[in-house]
Amino acid sequence: MTSATAPRAARIGAFVPALALLAVFFAGPLIWAAYSAFTDVALTGSAEVNFIGVDNFTTMWHDAQFWNSLWLTLVFVVGSAVIGQNTLGLLIALLLRGRNAGTRGVVSGLVIAAWTVPEVVAGFCWYSYLHRDGTLNGILGWAGLDQNWLYTTPMLAVILANVWRGTAFSMLVYQAALNDVPPELHEAAAVDGASAWQRLRSVTLPLIRRSIVSNLMLITLQTLAAFGLIYVMTKGGPGTKSSTTPIYMYQESFQFYKLGYGTAMALVLLVIGAIFSLIYVRLIKVDNL
Amino acid sequence: MRPKLVLAALSALALATASAGCGGSDSGDDDKTITVAYQKFGAFIQLDNQLQDVKKEYEAAHAGYTVELVPIEAAENDYYTKLSLMNRSPKTAPDVMYEDTFLINTDIQAGFLAPIDEYLNGWADWAQFTDAAKAAGKAQDGKTYGVPMGTDTRALWYDKTVFKKAGIAEPWEPRSWDDILATARTIKQKVPGVTPLNVYSGKGAGEGSTMQGFEMLLYGTKHTLYDDAQKKWIVQSPGFNDSLQFIKTIFDEKLAPDPQDALDPNWGTKVNTELVPAGKLGINLDGSWVSSTWLDSGSKPWPQWSQNLGYAAMPTQNGEAPGKTSMSGGWLLSVGANSKDKKASFDFIATMLNKENTLKYDIGAGQIAERKDVAADPRYLESNPSLEFFTDLVEVTHFRPAYPDYPNVSNAIQVAMEAVMTGQASVDQAAKTFAEQVTSAVGGPDKVTSAS
Repeated sequence: MTSATAPRAARIGAFVPALALLAVFFAGPLIWAAYSAFTDVALTGSAEVNFIGVDNFTTMWHDAQFWNSLWLTLVFVVGSAVIGQNTLGLLIALLLRGRNAGTRGVVSGLVIAAWTVPEVVAGFCWYSYLHRDGTLNGILGWAGLDQNWLYTTPMLAVILANVWRGTAFSMLVYQAALNDVPPELHEAAAVDGASAWQRLRSVTLPLIRRSIVSNLMLITLQTLAAFGLIYVMTKGGPGTKSSTTPIYMYQESFQFYKLGYGTAMALVLLVIGAIFSLIYVRLIKVDNL
Repeated sequence: MRPKLVLAALSALALATASAGCGGSDSGDDDKTITVAYQKFGAFIQLDNQLQDVKKEYEAAHAGYTVELVPIEAAENDYYTKLSLMNRSPKTAPDVMYEDTFLINTDIQAGFLAPIDEYLNGWADWAQFTDAAKAAGKAQDGKTYGVPMGTDTRALWYDKTVFKKAGIAEPWEPRSWDDILATARTIKQKVPGVTPLNVYSGKGAGEGSTMQGFEMLLYGTKHTLYDDAQKKWIVQSPGFNDSLQFIKTIFDEKLAPDPQDALDPNWGTKVNTELVPAGKLGINLDGSWVSSTWLDSGSKPWPQWSQNLGYAAMPTQNGEAPGKTSMSGGWLLSVGANSKDKKASFDFIATMLNKENTLKYDIGAGQIAERKDVAADPRYLESNPSLEFFTDLVEVTHFRPAYPDYPNVSNAIQVAMEAVMTGQASVDQAAKTFAEQVTSAVGGPDKVTSAS
C-alpha cells in the first residue's frame, strides 16, 4: 500500500456513510414521491399500485379546488413572506441600526422570541388570541367589534400569524447585511445632499441586494410549504377559505386516501418554488450569485 | 491519517446502528406479543377501559403472551388515517384492530385484514350472533373478516325542559321534516339562549356528519346512495338536493348551531358532555350510544338524563311509509393480515367478545347487542331505559353501502354539507360538485347513475 492511496481511500471512505444516509433518507423519499405522482397509490382501498401516466396531473388541471388552493397559497406567500416578513424584517433592521445596545437587545429579543416558539404552539397562541372567546375579542368587545376572526377573515388571520412568527429570520439576515454597508458611503451621500429615502434606495438597497434575494428565496420556500400553522388555526376552513395547497394536499392524501394525487401536487409545488426562485434572481439582476 | 480513519470507522458504525434501527427487530413485535389498535377520543373511553381489563384476563389465561394496547387518540377521520398508515408497513401493522363496518371492505381490498373463517368455525359462541351481525364482517369474496361488537341506531333526542318552556306537547312525535323545522322554529322563538336543533354537518364531525346527519335525511327520502340493481353510485337525485336544502335551511335560519362551532372536530364531544347536560340544546339528531356518556362509567356522569331527555324516531321526508327511518353501523374487531400469530390474535378477540365481556361493553358503550344471549340477558335489558326504543328502530333501519369506495363518497358528502352550511355554495352547486367528485373517485361515468 503506497502512502498516497491510503489517505485518499480513507477520505472517500469517510464520505460513504454520509452519502448512504443522504441516499436513504433524502433521495429515497424524493424518488418515491416522484414515482408515486404517476401512480394511483392509495392509503387504503386497493392493494395494487398502477402506473397511470399523467392522469393525476390532468385531474389537477380540471380540479377547481386545486386552483383555488394554489391561489390561496400565492396570497399566503406574497402576503406573509414577500410583503410581511421581508418588509417588516428590513424595516426593523433599519430602525435598529445605530440605536443603543439596550433598545436593540429588547426589540430583537422580542422578535426572536416569536421565532423560537414551535409552529404548533404559535398556532395555538394565535388560535386562542383570535378565537371568538379569545383575547382580541375581549378587548374589541368594548367597541362592539368582536367576531370570530378565524371564521370571518381566515386568510388574514393566518397571514398575520405567519408574519409574527417569521419576521425574526428576515430581521437577522438584514441586520447582518446592514452591518456590512460601509458608513462612509452614507456620510458621502449625505454630504452630497441625498435625503434618507434616496440614501436607502441608491446606497443601502443595492449593496444588500444579494441578501434580499437569498432571504426572499428562503422565506418563500419555507412559506410555500407551511402546514402546521394553518392546520392548527383553521384546518383550511371554514369550507375551503384558507385551504392552501399543502392543506389540500394533506386532505387528499390522508383524508381521502389518494396518496398518488397528493404527491403529484407536491411535485407541482416544487416546480412553483423553482419558478419563484428564478423570478427573484431575474428581478434583482444579481450578477455572479 | 489516524484521526480520519477513526472518523470513518465511527461513521460506519453510526450508519450500521442507524440502519439496524430501521430494519431491526422491534421488541414489541415478537411472536408472543399481540398488538391491539383502537380509538380513544373525547367522550369515547369505554373501549379503552374494557380492553385494559381484557388484557389482564387474556394474559392470565395464555401464559407467555403479552397484549400491547395501542390506543390511537384521534378524531374519527384521523383515526382511520393513522390506522391505515400503521397497516401500510408490516412492522407497524397491528395484530388486532378496531374497524368500522363502513371501512372494512376498503381495508380488505387493501389487503390489511386476514380472513378468520377457520377460527370462527371452531368457536362455539359464533352461533349466538344474529345473521345481520354475521354479514357485517363478510366481504364480497364470501369470507368473514371481523367479529361485530354491537350495533347502533339513530334518532332525535329532545330536552323535555326546553320543550316545556316552548309549550310543545309531549311525547313529541314529528311526522315529517316540516314538523321538525316547525318545532325548531318555535324553540328559537320562545326559548332564547338554546340551540334549537343539532344535525352534525361538515368535515369536522367526519363520518358522524354523513351518517347521523346527511343519511338520516337522505334515507328518509325516496332515494339512497347506491343502486343495488345496477351496482352504481347514485350521484344525482331530488332526495340528495332536498337533504342538502334541509341542512341549508337550518343553518340559514340559525336553527342549528353556529357553523363555526359545528365545524369544530370536538363538536360531538361538546354536544353530549356540555350542551345537552346543561339544557342548552332543544333537539339532537344523534346515535343510540350517546347515553353511555352519562352513565357512571362514562366521561360525563349525569344521572338525571333519563328524566330530562325524550326520544323520537326520525320521520321520513313527508311521512312516507313506514313513517320513520334510521341508520345502523357498528364496529368490529379484525385480525391483521400481517399478524404473526393469527390464532392467538383471534383468541384475544374471542375473549373480548365472549358473552360476559360483550354484555359489559354493550351496556357501557350504549351498543345494541348483536349476540342473542346478551340481548336476552335481564342485566342488558334493564341497563338503560332508552334501549327498547332504539332496539325497535332496527326494524326500519338502513345500512350504508359499505363498498370500498364508500369512504370517498362519504367525504364528498361532508364537503357538500360544509359548502352549503357556510353559504359558500348553493344547493345546486354543491350537488354538482358532489357528482363530479364522486364520479372521478369511483372510476368514471359508467360507475355512477342518477335517480329521479
